[in-house]
Amino acid sequence: MDLDALMRCVGTTSCIVTQLTSGMIIGMLLFLIASGVTLIFGVLNVINFAHGSLYMIGAYAAWTFYQLTGSYFISALGAAVAVGMLGVLFERFLMSKVYGSNVLMQLLVCYAVVLISDDLIKIIWGPVSLSMGMPVEFRLPPLRFFGGVVPPFYIFMIVAAMAIGLLLWLVIARTRFGNIVRAAAVNGPMVSALGIRVNLYYAAVFGIGSALAGAAGALAAPVRSLTPGMGFSILIESFIVTVIGGMGSIVGAFVASIIIGLTRSFGSIGFPLFVDGVMFLIMALVLIFKPSGLFGRPHNK
Amino acid sequence: MSSIDSRRTGRRQILKGAGALATAGVIGMPAIVKGQSGAIKIGVPTILSGRVAVLGQTSVGGLKVVFDKVNETGGINGRKIELVVRDSKGAPQEAAKVTRDLINNDGCQIIIDAEASSGAFAVQEVIREIGVLCIHSNSETSSLTADPKLHVPTAFRTARQGIHDAIGGGDYAAKIAKAKGLKKWATCSPDYAYGRSNTAEFMEYAKHFDGNIQVVEESWPKLFQPDYTEVVTKVLNAKADAMYSALWGGDLVAFIDQANLYGLFDKQASFMVNLGDYGVVDQVKQFPQGVYSGGRYNRTVPPTKENEEWYQNYVKTQKHKPTNWSWENDVAAQMVVEALKKTNGDTNGKKLAEVIKGMTIKTQFGVGGSVTMRAEDNTLVNYIIGYGVSLSKEPYIADFQTSPWEPIYELEKQWKKKQGYAS
Repeated sequence: MDLDALMRCVGTTSCIVTQLTSGMIIGMLLFLIASGVTLIFGVLNVINFAHGSLYMIGAYAAWTFYQLTGSYFISALGAAVAVGMLGVLFERFLMSKVYGSNVLMQLLVCYAVVLISDDLIKIIWGPVSLSMGMPVEFRLPPLRFFGGVVPPFYIFMIVAAMAIGLLLWLVIARTRFGNIVRAAAVNGPMVSALGIRVNLYYAAVFGIGSALAGAAGALAAPVRSLTPGMGFSILIESFIVTVIGGMGSIVGAFVASIIIGLTRSFGSIGFPLFVDGVMFLIMALVLIFKPSGLFGRPHNK
Repeated sequence: MSSIDSRRTGRRQILKGAGALATAGVIGMPAIVKGQSGAIKIGVPTILSGRVAVLGQTSVGGLKVVFDKVNETGGINGRKIELVVRDSKGAPQEAAKVTRDLINNDGCQIIIDAEASSGAFAVQEVIREIGVLCIHSNSETSSLTADPKLHVPTAFRTARQGIHDAIGGGDYAAKIAKAKGLKKWATCSPDYAYGRSNTAEFMEYAKHFDGNIQVVEESWPKLFQPDYTEVVTKVLNAKADAMYSALWGGDLVAFIDQANLYGLFDKQASFMVNLGDYGVVDQVKQFPQGVYSGGRYNRTVPPTKENEEWYQNYVKTQKHKPTNWSWENDVAAQMVVEALKKTNGDTNGKKLAEVIKGMTIKTQFGVGGSVTMRAEDNTLVNYIIGYGVSLSKEPYIADFQTSPWEPIYELEKQWKKKQGYAS
């Protein structure tokens, strides 16, 4: 514990700016993944334990598109679309078979997908880590705000993640598609009885959730090493976010992502050896005092 | 914002599932390279997947260069040498399990432990039980061979040792620090045995040679950590004059990529013991210029015909560039071959250990063309140690300064006494 260092940090604007943006960067990447997990869970009531693999595939797809096109924006978009389409196939051919099954059955299917995708990555891209490097557009000196340092790419990352989150919320809360999806989440058979092909909506939701993971992978690709299995650690953190925010709540995932991001950025200064412990402690406290999560609805028995 | 109703699956089930997934994640399936009967089987536990797969890939490359040549010329008394390589995925418990399997199930008579330090200590304990010859070819953590309590008579190390690099590097860093007035230092090294001990030893000797140096900030990112953002900003906020890092492999690549965004290398002097290695050089897209880098493997160090030929042959046969781990494994393989020749192919651990103790072999990786397996602590000495300055293009390292071994021996003796390793 070095609380003196933490106090010194919060006493200087440069440190506050740097650590705040650092927390937002960590948080927004988590948000993109957690929002996909929470969306899929909220509508389809399945836990996509293979979501980390979709993030990994998104990163590798972005790397490949970048090698082919040289354009980061096309690569990121292409990766999100490709992973979204892959998600639809995953839902139609595998996950739809275990809807309503025991969670362990869902886990087995997902774990099989995790192992297969890790091995496919090794076969296609090799076992050695890859690095995309910073796209030319973002090879700029870091910006300074109140003495704090913020890299331009991270500003893009934060804005892009927030824009995607806002768009997702608008689609779910303000469109006919969103109305049907929310209705199907409450009572799928009733929506189906109204002549709506619910299965198509389920596939679309899974595709959107997967595309979010793909977009997160594409945003991470310029700054993280690409390795088989890279989705595993971020999946655990995204589950922490999902539980803290409340299962099924997109705004909950947003707030919880920022909480976890700031815990990591300021925790690295004040309690560097106990950052993970604090993250799990927050989750435990939420589960004890508000079991449905900060923004989740109480569970119907 | 919208909250989507969930009805059938509860949080407890999700947490159970997440727990089961976490457990499943650490259980791996071994990749086996099966051998032929009648050959001398050498088991190689190493890391072949994940962030530092380059360690396993280039370690096996270093071994193959030697053993393939021996096999092409008839083997040892007509017996071929066969490598059985398995992936531990960098998990210590898996390294121990894989080593047992290699000996008990695959019939390997010798182990070349090409694990990182995270796995090497676990392998050492397996060797203590079983007693076959083992050469640790990659672990640099000093205590593995320096601590008498950990001593195993049939276990040796051909990897460079942290304390040697620390003394040589500390001397080099202190000279730069004095010249440039680098007093406040930050450190950023992986949080496991190697990172902790290497960093402590480097800073101890930097301070030994320049009493004005003080460490004002320490960062200990986890091994294979995907995101270094908070670590980079922590180092940045320390406003230190210089930074030392023992990050390596893919971890170092990710750190550099993320540190470049903040312009970290422009704001302070940086000393990175593991930077100047082809495994890193080829991965980093914006290789930083002007960083003080430890000598790992470079085709120009030493600038000899033999070294260039070895490099060319390695690239031609293995289809990738060699790394520091390649030469360390090359030396391990050469010592095993020499020992087997002396025992007429007898693979008994004790007999092989007797001939390897104190063995000197000729190699371009040694100062003056030879390295020795020091008998007193079963560790390699007289290999080339030094620091240079990084360049963003070939040869990637300039002004390489080789550290003399006499002061290293002297200070190592004192260090051992201080640690309670020697009286």
